[in-house]
Order: sequence, then structure tokens, then C-alpha cells
Amino acid sequence: MKNYMDWIRTDFFPTAFCPGCGHGIILKAIAKALTELELRREEVVFVSGIGCSGWIPSPYIKADSIHTTHGRALAFATGVKLTKPDLTVIVVGGDGDLASIGGNHLIHAARRNIDITCIMADNNNYGMTGGQYSPTTPRGAKTSTSKKGHVESAFDVAALVKAAGASYVARYTVAHFPQLVNAIKKAILTPGFSFVQAISTCPTHYGRRNLSQDPYEYLDYLRKNSVNLKNVQSQDDVLNKITIGEF
Amino acid sequence: MPWKRIKLPISPGRFLVQGDEAVADGAFCAGMRFYAGYPITPASEVITRVQQRFEESGEGVYFQGEDEIASIAACIGASWTGVKAMTATSGPGFDLMVENLGYAIFTETPLVIVDVQRAGPSTGQAARPSQGDYHQVRYATHGDYEIIVLSPWSCQELFEFGIRAFNLAERYRVPVIILTDEAIGHLREPVVYPEEINIFDREHDPDAPPFSFDEKDAGPMPLIGDGKSLLITGSTHTEWGKRVTQDPEVHRKIVKHLIGKIRNNVSDIFESHEEFIEDAEIVIASYGISSRSGFEAVKRLREKGIKAGFFRFKVIWPMWEKYVKERLSGVKKIFVPEMNAGHLSRELERLVDVEIIPILELGTCVITPEVIVKEVEAHL
Ligand SMILES: Cc1ncc(C[n+]2csc(CCOP(=O)(O)OP(=O)(O)O)c2C)c(N)n1
Ligand code: SF4
Repeated sequence: MKNYMDWIRTDFFPTAFCPGCGHGIILKAIAKALTELELRREEVVFVSGIGCSGWIPSPYIKADSIHTTHGRALAFATGVKLTKPDLTVIVVGGDGDLASIGGNHLIHAARRNIDITCIMADNNNYGMTGGQYSPTTPRGAKTSTSKKGHVESAFDVAALVKAAGASYVARYTVAHFPQLVNAIKKAILTPGFSFVQAISTCPTHYGRRNLSQDPYEYLDYLRKNSVNLKNVQSQDDVLNKITIGEF
Repeated sequence: MPWKRIKLPISPGRFLVQGDEAVADGAFCAGMRFYAGYPITPASEVITRVQQRFEESGEGVYFQGEDEIASIAACIGASWTGVKAMTATSGPGFDLMVENLGYAIFTETPLVIVDVQRAGPSTGQAARPSQGDYHQVRYATHGDYEIIVLSPWSCQELFEFGIRAFNLAERYRVPVIILTDEAIGHLREPVVYPEEINIFDREHDPDAPPFSFDEKDAGPMPLIGDGKSLLITGSTHTEWGKRVTQDPEVHRKIVKHLIGKIRNNVSDIFESHEEFIEDAEIVIASYGISSRSGFEAVKRLREKGIKAGFFRFKVIWPMWEKYVKERLSGVKKIFVPEMNAGHLSRELERLVDVEIIPILELGTCVITPEVIVKEVEAHL
């Protein structure tokens, strides 16, 4: 397929995402990566969890997709990969889906290092169920269940997955589109378990309470507050910053 | 034709086999080539035997999940690639599988789950038998549906039901549960492995819609990897898998299909074992291990001149209500031995207008024929 739009099921448009949601950018990044890798439809299968993020491939990507139960996408994907090793198996889930309810599957998938690519659309909260705090909600952030500021600290999910044994781990935001596409391509090409944490935007819930409900301002915040791991010299460089890059 | 007669892929003959091994062998013979599970007493021996068969044959993939949730999830993923998949567990593990069991029902995924019952609730007595999961296997997950549950009473039947469970799962695109228990699972008995068996492989049609609304039958199944961009979802969907979560009519159609494809074929699915029923004045009705004692009790009662009949549910769900009513309505009393607080008893009370006398064992022991005979005599 030459055009990334060939990977997208436009017959289901408009998408179910809120206007300005970053998940649409992740959808496009995945479609671009598949196009640039010149993959064929029948070689790829998507497995997704429950949450707005689960809808990125299901139904918007034109390939086989299994939209599973909340948190369990990696476990379903393991069954697919073990019986059809030639397929490119790509899991898409949210931070709540993959790091909370599915956290155990995530670390074990990384430890097994089975050849699956996992993309975590991380909007720092539970979008679909109304903006509650998630395992990646920063301490102090306001969510519908932490109105005075979140008291728990966040997981560094990329570091966690790397430590658990994944072959390839990267983190970028939806404001770093070319890097994100590149990371997804590398993740697909790397044998073993690959994990791409894609920091997404949820203007409806997280943005409104913490940054901005304006999608552009939200993206701008992500761009200005990210620092590439390559350029980190001291702890001060990463203070209140989103570290991006390859782990 | 989806039905095939095949040569047994393992050595035929008569062997001394443990129950858990027999069910693994049956499943393997039926074509099971993906197994995922998490260790639990008294089901762990299933895993060992499956692994042995996969190694001997050089076929099949075994996966020990991080828990039972992962195990059943992996089975569903595998099944959609066209491979026959199975998991085995006991009560606490079954509890964990329930959400994805619902997913498999809703997505019409063929699958076999062996539940080797142990005493509960909770961790209970891990290495002691019970029949406390009778209703759980039927009503485990939320929503409306029908499911198929087979209840063997011997190691021979565990082998045979291992095959039948897959045939039914593939035929009706439904998870099929083999409900056994610690006493049969850990029993060793001679089992005859025949030269040939009949197996059913699902109808694979790459161009068919993945789901069907037909109230009479399951539809053919396209697979992951066919290149048809399948949409598979546990949300309410159209025949082509498109999520439709606000239209009551779409949901109604799916639920009617899930129920209809089983209920309308109940005469094909249901199986019972009946002895001395024709002239029976009282009947001992049971399933699984308790029916073994029930059968012995019936023979002893007959020797004493009591007209006792025997009715055993080989399939406990779906309940063929019409048939059971017909067969049991004429008798004076029905005695129901079971190792729980009265699960089948309650079901029969609902069904037949005959006095039901439960004979219950709550202490994790197999009910003995003596107890049953005494109880029957006390009520005559
Ligand atoms: C077992 C179970 N518990 C809870 C839910 C409700 N639920 C649906 S989506 C969701 C959270 C989604 O959040 P996330 O994964 O971060 O994705 P997002 O919507 O933010 O993209 C939850 C809790 C569910 N579907 N299943
Ligand atoms: S709730 Fe948030 S994550 Fe979900 S679609 Fe809306 S903006 Fe996107």
C-alpha cells in the first residue's frame, strides 16, 4: 500500500474520538509506519483493549483486529502470535488498560520477550470512563477522582517495561509525529517485545483540568516540556519534564 | 463435510489412565493443538499430559500464562487463527476466567475449558472434590446466553468427552466446559482408546461475516490471517463486527442468536444415561461422580425389590427441559445425590412436578451408595 489512507477505514468516519483527541494522531502514525514498512494487510493483526485508545485500530485500521476485554489485549495477542508466528502482531491500549488492569500481562509479555509490538496511548488518565486518575497520572495532577491533586506517584512505564526485558522501548508524544512514526517502525522491525509509549492528549478530561482544553495549546505544552533522553545532562534537566527518546 | 473419521493420533488400546490425563488425551485426539493454563490443584495433571502429547507428536503449542485470565485470553486469540484451543482449571481459576468466557461466548469463539471442581468457596479444600460449580459454569458471566457443559462420571468418559467437547465447540462456535471434579480427575481406571474417532472441524469461510444472527445455527467462521480485515469485538456488533452499542434491536438479535443456536439444537447436544427407568417408581437422578454411587445404590435397591430407576445427566447444560419432564414426571419421588447444597435438586424442582429429595454431601467427601440407599429407604 502506497498511501497511509489505504490502512484507514474511512467508512466508519467520523471517528468516535472527541475533537482534538491525540488518539487520531496515533492512528495516523501507525498507518504511516505500516505504509512505509510496505506491510500487507494480511500480514498484520491488531489486538486492542477497552478504552478510547482501544478504538484506534478497532475499527479504524483496515486489518484484522480483535477488540478484547479491558487490559487483556496482550494476553489475546500472545495466543495469536504463538499459533501464527508469521503475523505482525500489534497491540494498542491505554495507560489504564495496559499499565493498570493489564499491568501484569505487560511485564510478563516484556519478560517473555515474545515478538509483539505494543503501543500505549498514554493520556495520563482514563478517558472513556470520565477522566479518573490512572497509573501514569503525575502526582499533583487533577482528575475526576483526584480533584485536589493526585497523591500517588506515576509509573515510568517505559522504564518498567525495559527493566522487565523488552527488546525495544521508546517514548514520544503526539507532538513528535515523525519520531513517533519512526519508533513504531523500529518497534515492528525489532524481533522480541517492543513497546512504544505514545503520550497522547485528552483535551476533554485531562487537558481541561490540568493544561488546556485547546488541542493546539495542549500539543504545544507537550512539545515545550519534552526533553530527549540523549540531551539529559543532570537531574535538573528532567525536572517536571517528559523524557522522550529510546530507552 | 466438517465431520471426519480419523485414525487415533495416539496408540489405541486399553490403558490405566488418570482422569486428568484422559481428558487431555481426548482433547489431543480431537485436534487440540494449543493449550494455555495456570497451575492449580486438582487440574495440574492435565497440563503435564498435554505437554507430553505435544512433545511426542511434535505438534502443538503449550503456554503457561501468568494467570488464568491470560490463559483463556490466549486460547481465544489462538482459536481465531483456526487452532483448537483448551485450558483447564479449578474453581478459583474459573472465577478469573469468567470475564473472557463472556467474551468467547459473545464472539462465538470455539474453545474448551476443563473445570476440575474442588471444594469452595474461595481456596477451600484444594485437593478435595465437590460439585459446587454446577450453577457457576452455567451462569458465570453477565448477560444472557446459553452454554454447553458436559459432566463425565469416569476416566473413559473424560477421554470421550475431551473429543465431544471439541466437536460441540466447533459445531456451535461456543465455549464448551467439561465439568469434572477432584475425585474423577485423580482417579485411575482402565480406559479404551479406539482405533478411529469422529471429529468435527469448524466451517471455515474466509468470505463469511464473522458473526451470525441466525437463531437456528452457528455461522461459518472466517479467521485471522485470511486477509479480510476482520473486526472482532466483545461489544455489541453487526454481523460484520461493527460496534453498535446503542441500538436495542441489534443487541436483541445477537442475544437471540446466542440462545437460539443452542436451544434449537438441544436434542443434538443433550445426552443422558438411563437405566431401569421404564417401570421405575422412584428415580435417582444425578451427574458426575455422585451418579456413580447413585447407580450402585439403584442396583442394591433393585436387589431388595424396590423399583428404582437411574437417570444421569451426561450433559448438564443446556437442560433439555421438555425431555426431562417427560422422562421423570411419572415417578413418585426423585432422589438427587450431589456434593453441594442442592444445585441440581433445585433445577429439577423447577422442572418436574414430583417430590424431590436432595441427598447432599457438604463435607468434601464422595457420597457413598450406603448413604443413598439408607436415605431412599427412609422415605419409602
Ligand atoms: C473489567 C473492566 N473494568 C472496568 C471497565 C471500564 N473501563 C472502560 S475503559 C476504561 C479505562 C480506559 O482508560 P485507558 O485505558 O487509559 O484509555 P483511554 O480511554 O484513556 O484512552 C475502564 C476503566 C471495563 N470495561 N472492564
Ligand atoms: S475522552 Fe479523552 S481520550 Fe477519549 S476520545 Fe475524548 S479526548 Fe480522546
